[in-house]
Amino acid sequence: MRRRQTIVVLALLGLLVATYLWLYKIGVIGVLQCGTGGCEAVQASRYAELFGVPVAFVGVAGYALLLGVGLVGVQPRFSADRRVTLVLAALATMGFAFASYLTAIELFVLRAVCRWCVASAVIITAIWVLALGGLRRAPPAPTR
Amino acid sequence: MKGFYVLLAAVALIGGGVIWYGSRGAPVATPAASAPLPVAASDGFKGFTLGADSARIEVTEYSDFECPFCASFATVQMPVIREQLIATGKVRWRYRDFPLPSHQYSRYAALAAQCGGEQGKFWEMHDQLFTNHQWAQTGKNPRSLFRDFARAAGLDLDKYDACMDGQRYAGRIQASVQEGEALGVGGTPTFFVNGKRFDGHPTSDAFKSLVDSLTKQTKPRK
Repeated sequence: MRRRQTIVVLALLGLLVATYLWLYKIGVIGVLQCGTGGCEAVQASRYAELFGVPVAFVGVAGYALLLGVGLVGVQPRFSADRRVTLVLAALATMGFAFASYLTAIELFVLRAVCRWCVASAVIITAIWVLALGGLRRAPPAPTR
Repeated sequence: MKGFYVLLAAVALIGGGVIWYGSRGAPVATPAASAPLPVAASDGFKGFTLGADSARIEVTEYSDFECPFCASFATVQMPVIREQLIATGKVRWRYRDFPLPSHQYSRYAALAAQCGGEQGKFWEMHDQLFTNHQWAQTGKNPRSLFRDFARAAGLDLDKYDACMDGQRYAGRIQASVQEGEALGVGGTPTFFVNGKRFDGHPTSDAFKSLVDSLTKQTKPRK
């Protein structure tokens, strides 16, 4: 249960970071607070969109899904449900793979690092580790 | 379990508050886009020019694409200067980048113009950036708009994207800034006529008078 609660909190943090980047991308926020100076270069690059959809919005959708599934998973009636564990692991793996790809683009193609993107990458990595850990552990006994 | 929801609500409230505060558009001293970009040294480039190489008078303009005075000069005075002084072979005009750190996207705009120049369309991109200057007033990310400008200027967008993504001419722009600073440029637009700083009011009439006077002085004796 503690593991899923941690995933939920992390997913909420990731959702906030992704929302911040998305609001910037669509012009609601004029300036990104970014100490490295690389946020604009990253956000203005062509890699900040995927098939016309801002990558940050993909993050918003992904974290919202993780948050939703996680919140379901912390309800007592679903706490022992193996399906929740599987869905969380699958979503986290996709998120981790996508974040790894974007981090590689930042480091090796754009040669600019966006602090918020790094924060998101750290969050999804932590979620991924926790979600995979949940696969290995025996499901807790349901509380009655 | 109750503590967990309290924690969740606190994170949501604090995080949401931070985003809301950020979206209010509080001014930032050194916006990310205007920070010097970590790329390549200068290639010795001395700016794009307009006009005949044989012109005896050269005007060097240090300018910033986000600066409203530069935009006004480019759209109001420059067409007359092009017609009366540049097209007639009297003046060669040299454009140097001097993106001011107080402007959020001027360095990015300078990159866009340089990437236009890579395809032989610097002045077309220059005109797009100054003529459609609304982008500088919104504070919004101008990436898509600049791509539209590039398209309108007739650039190959794949090459333009590759140039922008790689920040290919960031070193040139930084070198131009340093050369301007060494000459005492502190604001934009700043002009030098045959290497001498022009301190008058930059109008087409003022340039025409100065050029006429210099032409008389430098006219070869018969």
